[in-house]
Amino acid sequence: MFEGWDAVVLARAQFAFTMSFHIVFPAFSIGLASYLAVLEARWLLTGREVFLNLFNYWLKIFAIGFGMGVVSGIVMAYQFGTNWSAFADKTGPVIGPLMAYEVLTAFFLEAGFLGVMLFGLDRVGPKLHFLATLMVAIGTLISAFWILSANSWMQTPAGYAVNPDGQFVPADWLKVIFNPSFPYRLVHMVLAAYLTTALVVGAVGAFHLLGDPHLAGPRVMFSMAMWMATLVAPIQIIAGDQHGLNTLEYQPVKIMGMEGHYQSHPNGAPLILFGLPDQKAGEVRYALEIPRMGSLILKHSPDAPMPGLDTVPRENWPPVPITFWSFRIMVGMGFLMFGLGLFSLWCRWRGTLFQSRLLHVFALLMGPAGFVAVLAGWITTESGRQPFTVYGLLRTAESSSPLAAPAVGSSLLAFVIVYFVVYAAGLTYLLRLMAQPPHPGELGPPTEVPTRTAGITPAIEGLPR
Amino acid sequence: MSLAVDIAIIWAFIIAFAVFVYVVMDGFDLGLGILFPLFPAKADRDIIMNSVAPVWDGNETWLVLGGGGIMAAFPLAYAILMPALYTPMIAMLIGLIFRGVAFEFRWRTTSERNRWDLAFAGGSWLAAIAQGIALGAILQGVHVEARHYAGGWWDWLTPFSIVTGISLVIGYALLGATWLVLKTEGALRDRAYHLCWYLLFAMLAAIGTVSIATPFLYIQYAQRWFAWPNVILTAPVPVAVALVAVLLLRALANRQDSQPFYLTLALFALSYAGLGISMYPYIVPQSVTIWQAAAPESSQIFLLVGVAVLIPLILAYTGWAYWVFRGKVRVGSGYH
Repeated sequence: MFEGWDAVVLARAQFAFTMSFHIVFPAFSIGLASYLAVLEARWLLTGREVFLNLFNYWLKIFAIGFGMGVVSGIVMAYQFGTNWSAFADKTGPVIGPLMAYEVLTAFFLEAGFLGVMLFGLDRVGPKLHFLATLMVAIGTLISAFWILSANSWMQTPAGYAVNPDGQFVPADWLKVIFNPSFPYRLVHMVLAAYLTTALVVGAVGAFHLLGDPHLAGPRVMFSMAMWMATLVAPIQIIAGDQHGLNTLEYQPVKIMGMEGHYQSHPNGAPLILFGLPDQKAGEVRYALEIPRMGSLILKHSPDAPMPGLDTVPRENWPPVPITFWSFRIMVGMGFLMFGLGLFSLWCRWRGTLFQSRLLHVFALLMGPAGFVAVLAGWITTESGRQPFTVYGLLRTAESSSPLAAPAVGSSLLAFVIVYFVVYAAGLTYLLRLMAQPPHPGELGPPTEVPTRTAGITPAIEGLPR
Repeated sequence: MSLAVDIAIIWAFIIAFAVFVYVVMDGFDLGLGILFPLFPAKADRDIIMNSVAPVWDGNETWLVLGGGGIMAAFPLAYAILMPALYTPMIAMLIGLIFRGVAFEFRWRTTSERNRWDLAFAGGSWLAAIAQGIALGAILQGVHVEARHYAGGWWDWLTPFSIVTGISLVIGYALLGATWLVLKTEGALRDRAYHLCWYLLFAMLAAIGTVSIATPFLYIQYAQRWFAWPNVILTAPVPVAVALVAVLLLRALANRQDSQPFYLTLALFALSYAGLGISMYPYIVPQSVTIWQAAAPESSQIFLLVGVAVLIPLILAYTGWAYWVFRGKVRVGSGYH
């Protein structure tokens, strides 16, 4: 099996596949952990039971999502060695410590306090329990810090030297960690995680409000989620724009891919809205474009010259059709989120936030939009870095393990089968939990045998309580 | 020179420590999965799961530290060993996925619970065997050329690696059984005690088999253990194993709930020290030493600072989490 296939292509497919399935869970967990901390804080401050109910409701969902993020994350950690051993050898001295710091400062913090957060409220009391929730939430953010630093270093390497063995070695750790694209990527991703979670929470709230607009829990969660969309979506658009300008400065070829700029434009580049990039011909077919708008957005001057891919050797081109389209999908999702935020603000002002069926249907449809945008955004930035793993310095083709295609292909096939089984089940269980509205006296994750038989599971299964 | 040497050795001990903590911590919860088929009653399974549900994620994090630590401190070793252990590593990851999600999934369904119980058991078996095989494959050495693994993708499969695979399953099962003795009571604990007897003798047989087979892999291993004057330092290891085994037998006979688990940990520590004696100073046996694989000093020192500060902190709050969930897991009163 897989004889005659290209092992590097298979390894890339494996990374793309396992990464895509993994990233949605951390994106959700980062936002949800912070949301849980806010809910618990509001419960402790106000004593209102609705916050505790919401906390326990989302805690069960968090437990499943977090578990799936953990197991798919271990796969990622080991994949650098299994499929990309040349990359691990060459970048290990720089990227290895960043990832090890992620384990030491984030993963242990999350895992150490997760047990208490999930099962320990009655054992340690509300205050220590809140501390545990806070530690988990902080852990998710620290994790984002390190892994995005490592990823950004691959995009915009800095602070390194190369030793006689061809390894990248650290010369200045501050420059390595705070490499040029890192602050932008960190802000953009954390905001994306918060938006993603807000949209899921908002969709669940909207779903239950469509059934009964008077339910206390769904009203609170829907209102909180819509505030997030209103406030964060515009900030995210600004952050994304700034990230784009940073990319233009440090990875201009990626911008050429994102914009579909095969040709140079010495007198101002157009903004290509849509079209079909033809990589072979080196042009965008059926392009719908606004003249000079590209230069205006990227250079803040309509006549600014913009070099195109025709100035770049072909072997250094990113796969433009992928980068071009994934970028448009991400931007489209961002503006839809902005629209939802504005619409909800208008309804809130009119006093119809909990009555407007149109708003609720819109919010429900937007439930997965954050995940779509996160995936599209990552595809944009990762495919735009190609054909390099370390931008401009280490080629993807020179990064892989000395393995034959059958090995890589078989493991890819195994992961595809396993992920579809496991993720289909996980998604089913998550949706089942979300399909139930939060109840008064909502219980946390199952911890003891009597609770289980009397409580959660039968309700989920639709049996009499 | 001397500074670099020291740091590589320090890092070798840090990695060894992380891997050991992983082996015993995930060892007992993998062991519970290995023993799962022997406890078919739902009530028993609920208790077994609950005894580790709050801590399993932390246990598994040590595996990520071990892997990430090797990539950071000994990137060459990581780059050689991972492709060499390709199939066992993929199998381990898949096993860990199935058993990991089972912790949550089995509470979310009644109709499919048996399926996730099977995933928990099967995943634990797969991960344990794969880890044991990986250990054997490392000990027997891998084919290295320049800075690459140069063997095939089935080189790891030998009678020796199969023996180590089975041995680790037995060892984890003993850890799991003694954990149940520690954390449960009543009929469940009685069954666990019963299993401990069989598993202890199986474990001693496994330790014996691997110990006898290892010196035949490389002459250097034999010299390390039996040549004069090394033998003065190495002879106490088997003696200590025998001593711990006797203590463990006595604890089982006297039914002292709290002792068998910790004595089994001691047995693991001694076996692990034995492996270290055989391997040192190689990280890829007989091919790459820890100094050859070491990342530059600037990488190792940068991370060493974090390790020195954070590992004690991690041990402290992990200990706290275990303390919060201390004591027996009870049926009637549940977890409280």
